[in-house]
Amino acid sequence: MSSDALSITFAALADPTRRAILARLATGECTVGELAKPFAMSGPAVSKHLKVLERAGLVARGRDAQWRPVRLQAAPLKKVADWALDYRQFWDASYERLDAYLTHLMTEEQHDDSK
Amino acid sequence: MTTRSDAAAPASESARNVTGRTEYLTPNDREIVVARTFDAPRSLVWAVFTDPTHLPKWHTGPAGFTMPVCEIDLRPGGKWNYVWRNRQGREFGAAGTYREVDPPKRMVQVTKALDGQEQTNTTTFTEENGRTTVTVTMLFASKETRDQGLPYAKMGLEASYALLDAYLASKI
Repeated sequence: MSSDALSITFAALADPTRRAILARLATGECTVGELAKPFAMSGPAVSKHLKVLERAGLVARGRDAQWRPVRLQAAPLKKVADWALDYRQFWDASYERLDAYLTHLMTEEQHDDSK
Repeated sequence: MTTRSDAAAPASESARNVTGRTEYLTPNDREIVVARTFDAPRSLVWAVFTDPTHLPKWHTGPAGFTMPVCEIDLRPGGKWNYVWRNRQGREFGAAGTYREVDPPKRMVQVTKALDGQEQTNTTTFTEENGRTTVTVTMLFASKETRDQGLPYAKMGLEASYALLDAYLASKI
């Protein structure tokens, strides 16, 4: 998964309502109306969230024009989990910071020398 | 900033002395090797890896974490104790002792893996053309222990905990 795809997944998951929608869908597919009910939201408001989730590949809509059930597509979630569980995340982030920190220390040293 | 004119070098040569890229290797069932080259002399790189005033400035992993505790008694048998804290205030620790300290070339730290088995981290520092390559070799008691994940992985997990709620609920 490219970091861009991960970013899109993260952006989609950043909203608590969308996470609640995913949690609901984890128990089985349902219609937009059924999804809207527990959130006290209008159908269009739920549809807006679904569009974001659909773009991130996290949900899919059925073909049935009348019913169009919403289904969880969990593959991107697994990628996020794999990424989060990966020890490499820790080192990548730390070492990137260390590059900047070393540059900072060496610049400081030069300033000290020139005094 | 570092120039990347050497980016086109063949893979075998680019493995060393190219900054900005961390290499991860699993040479056998019980080890993880993390190698990285920094554009700085060895004495300075050794200092930032072993001095408690330096480590919390960079050794903090995913964004949002701080390192409120960093205690280092840098001598064979001396203790080290790290604590990281996330935005929610939850803390994660790693602690152990130094088995070998050979500045500015090599140190061996002993700690415990998540399952309580002994784990050693050997860190070597080599300098070439003003750049320093740091190689951390993590040795675990068994393949199972290694694959179970490190405390670092646990922090990453915590950083993305909300996302995992949905993932685990999906029962894949």
